[in-house]
Parts: sequence; C-alpha cells; structure tokens
Amino acid sequence: MSLEFTATVADRGLEVAFEVATGETLALLGPNGAGKSTVLSVIAGLLRPDTGRVVLDDRTLVATDERVDLAPHLREVALLAQEPLLFPHLSVRENVAFGPRSRGRSRTEARAAADAWLDRVGAAELGDRKPGEVSGGQAQRIAVARALAAEPHLLLLDEPMAALDVAVTPALRQTLRQVLADRTTVLVTHDVLDALLLADRVLVIDEGRVVEEGRSGEVLAQPRSAFAARLAGLNLLHGTWRGDHAVLPDGSQVHGIVAGPEPAVGDLVVATFRPHAVAVYLERPVGSPRNVFATTIDDLEPLGDLIRVRAGQLSADVTAHSVAALDLVLGTAAQLTVKATEVAIYRL
Amino acid sequence: MSRTRTAGLPGWLYAPAALGAAFVLLPLVAIVAKVDWANFLDLITSESSRAALALSLRTSAASTALCVLIGVPMALVLARTTFPGQRILRSLVLLPLVLPPVVGGLALLYTFGRRGLLGHTLEVLDIRIAFSTIAVVLAQTFVSLPFLVVSLEGSLRTAGDRYETVAASLGARPTTVLRRITLPLVLPGLLAGAVLSFARAMGEFGATITFAGSLQGVTRTLPLEIYLQRESDPDAAVALALVLVVVAVLVIAWLRPERAAR
Repeated sequence: MSLEFTATVADRGLEVAFEVATGETLALLGPNGAGKSTVLSVIAGLLRPDTGRVVLDDRTLVATDERVDLAPHLREVALLAQEPLLFPHLSVRENVAFGPRSRGRSRTEARAAADAWLDRVGAAELGDRKPGEVSGGQAQRIAVARALAAEPHLLLLDEPMAALDVAVTPALRQTLRQVLADRTTVLVTHDVLDALLLADRVLVIDEGRVVEEGRSGEVLAQPRSAFAARLAGLNLLHGTWRGDHAVLPDGSQVHGIVAGPEPAVGDLVVATFRPHAVAVYLERPVGSPRNVFATTIDDLEPLGDLIRVRAGQLSADVTAHSVAALDLVLGTAAQLTVKATEVAIYRL
Repeated sequence: MSRTRTAGLPGWLYAPAALGAAFVLLPLVAIVAKVDWANFLDLITSESSRAALALSLRTSAASTALCVLIGVPMALVLARTTFPGQRILRSLVLLPLVLPPVVGGLALLYTFGRRGLLGHTLEVLDIRIAFSTIAVVLAQTFVSLPFLVVSLEGSLRTAGDRYETVAASLGARPTTVLRRITLPLVLPGLLAGAVLSFARAMGEFGATITFAGSLQGVTRTLPLEIYLQRESDPDAAVALALVLVVVAVLVIAWLRPERAAR
C-alpha cells in the first residue's frame, strides 16, 4: 500500500524512480525545470511517460510495458496547483461538493461532505460565496478542501503556497500540516520550510535525476547536493519550548521569534536561521543579547565568494577576510553567535 | 475630469474615418427616411409579409439550433484535440464565411438535390430536400455555422483546459466535465456565437434562393420577400427592410456587453 513511481520522459530529460509509503508526505525539491512538475503530471495522468510504471495502492495507474494507461478521472489522485482554480461559476460549497458528486454521491451527502471539509480548513462560513468573492488565501484553503473531499488515495501539491501573499502562508501551512498527517502526499516546493514542516522525506531532483534523498530534517540541515545546499543549508536546531526560549538537548538556550502558531511549554520546536546570519568569534562576546554556541570548527568550504564554516550542527557563512583575520582552521575552538531576531522558531 | 491620452493620431486621419462612419450610417438613415410611417403597420402585417417574417423566424431558429447541435462538438474537437490535418480542416470549416452564398447554394443543390451526390439515396428514402423549407434551414445552417464555430472555439481557447484538468482529477468523467465545467464556462461565447448565427441566418439570401427557391410560405424568407417586393411594392420592401435593420441593431446591442467584458 503505497506509491511506486518509475518513469522516463525523453523530451524533458527525466529519469526518476521513488516510492512513497502510505500516509507519508514526500517533498520534491529542485531548481526550475528540474522535472518536478513533470513527475506530478505523470502521476496525475496528464503526461504519458516514454517508459515507466506508476502503482498506487496495488492499482496500476500507468505501465508502459503492459500498455496500461488509466484515464485521469479514474486514478483517484487529486491535484492542487499554485493557483486555486476554483470553478468560477459554482459556489464555494458546490466547488467542494464537485468531487463527491462526480463519484456518484447524492446531492445531500455531497453537500454535507463539502461543509465538513470547509469546516476543517477553516472556511465554513464561505460556503455560499462565489470564488470571486473570497481572498487568495481563502481560495487556496477551499481548493484544499475540494481536493480532499474527492477522497483521493494520493494528493499531489504543486507549490500550493507559491502564489499566495506571504502574510497568509503560515496559516495555510498550518492547515496543510493538519490535513496532510497520515495522508499519502507528493509535494513539489521551492520553500525549505514547506519541506521541513510538511514533509517526512525529501527528494531532490536536478536535471531530471534524483540527486539526494532522505529525512527532511537531515537533508535540509546537512545537504549533500549542490542544489539542496544552495536552497537549504539552514541551521536547524531541535529543542523543547520553555515559554520564551527553546532548550536544546545539550542544555543550551536558543532565543528567537516564533513563526506560526505559538508553542506551549514542553512542545517540541525547531529553531532555524540562515548561515548568513551567523557570526564567528574566538572569544565569547561580552554583554551581547545574542545566542552563543561554543563549538569547534569541523570544516571550511568555499561557497561563492564566502566561506562556509561548519561547526557541529551549525553552519556560518563568513568572508574569506574574516577567516584569515581570525585564523580559522579545522579544530579551532570558536563561538558562533546569531541575533535572536534572525532565529525563527516553529512548533513541530 | 481626468483623461488618459495616447501618443496621438495625425489630424488628417479623422476625415477618412468620419467618411467611413458616414458611409455605414447614412444608408440606414436613408432607409428610415424612406419608410412610409402612416402605413407601416399594414405593410409589415400584410399576408405575404407575415408569412415571410414567420418563415424567417422559424427557419432561423431551426438553423441556429442545428448550428449549436453540430457546431459545439466541432468547436470542442478543434479546440481540445490535435490530429493530423486539423489546420486544414479548420480552414475548410471557415470556407462558407468567404464563399459567395450563391456558390454555397449551388454546392448544396449538387449535394442534396435530385441529381446531387446524395440525391439518389434520399430519393430511395423518399426524402426531397431541394426547394423545401428544410432546404432553407440547410442553406442558412451552411452559411452561419462558421460564426458559431469560430466564436466558440475562441472562447474555449481563451478559457483554457486547466479547470477541466482539475475536474478530471476530482474524479469527473469526461461527460460530467463537459456538462458541469466546460460548457458553463464558455456559455457567453456560445450565446454570442448563436446570436451571430441567428443574425446571419435571418439575412441569408443567395444560398437560399439557389437551393430552396422562392415559394411563398415555404421557402420565401424575409430577404427574398424584400427583393421581390422591391419592384412591385417598394413601400412594403422598405418597411420589411427596416424590420431586418432592427433585428441587426438588437443583435449588435446584445453582443456589445460580451465584447466589453472580455
């Protein structure tokens, strides 16, 4: 019970294979034109691969060697794109009821299902409106409800938050976290946070090939592929919330700004900050309201015109000039500091 | 009041533009001026006038319905599929737009007439089409079908197939997608196409007189009646012409908001 995917598409240079376990969310990361959306098109039945095989829960969706190619409407795979694409001539409720109606449910049942889903995504009061009368964020919530009301075996999300105002993405991300739990999902995204907070595993695709694969936290914290490093390379520290700061397993404290919903005391949280925001000192700075981590340098690698300093779980991007001035080498004991305002804390 | 301005046009351009507008509008004024208003009602309600008007309305409605029945599938196939020879087919479908209607009527006669391509088959089935009311409807359909197909295909292409893709991914069969998504979304384009087709059918003359003849109450539509009355009773011809002008103006009025909305 899962998704098995193998496909080659010659004219888009795609050759990719992966599996998604039942209930798992897989994030596809990669630069533009890497083939992420092509993968979704093959699964949804919008593009027939040159060779390949896609099996969902023991049902073969497409198998080129067996000449199987199920029509899109028979695949039970719902696709949610960047734009909500709500049917403009139907009310919000009718939009969400469209899937159940198409699967032969009665009008009453379909309406009840639609109202239940609208409630779950926090859009219960919008049922009677027309799509033109709701905001972009609301429309995308409704689109999520519509996709899920169709009771798909697999949900495909193609950058669902890319077209939204930055102000509304945290709330939608939270909604998605709730509804994606225990749901088999493939998520295409450019956003490291989406991959971190929504996905269990990450697959990095570049030039039509899988270049990296692993648990989200691991890939994003210690990326091996060049793309993932450029995209992510985020510092990720897991800890426990203590009301105004997080405590790491080694006992050190991290202060930051809570993004998204406020964690309760004792909740698991992750603190993220960019290597750019980290400064390196040899002595602990005095009287500074910063987060300070005492560590030793493990690695120095050039990254464009900067040097990425790796020390334990942390990375810092500093200029070659500072590396020389501080005489940083492997094994140097260093104090890595980051301002609290540069640290974003998310409830896990 | 604030106004936007463009780069501006050369002043001399307004003269030929005004001349062109006058060229279109003046003949309409001339017709209105020529109308014998005192007897207007009698003229357009004479027996032959009423027969022609009723026949025109009936046949135009029938040919518009026929255009929708076969034109909608044609537009869908042209807009949503690809097959070899599609571009050539699209051009050929537009042929009646540029073909002289008399030639169209002649072509229909050699297709459905007694000695035509299908004449023998129809004869066996005891169906006679030429010079009947059905022939009027066929002639009108032949010339007005491209209006509906072109208008609807344009709407379908503008609407794109993204909503249809979403609907299919929600489990809707192709027929459900067509009924609940595609057609409602292009309804304005479909109505515009149908109205254009109706207007073209109301005005159809050449193909009708060639293929259907001019038999009062059977094939003599309003344009044919006007043409015949022009010699015997010019006042009646002018009065009936005004009726067609009014129909044309109504059609334009109907289509205008559609255009503006796009």
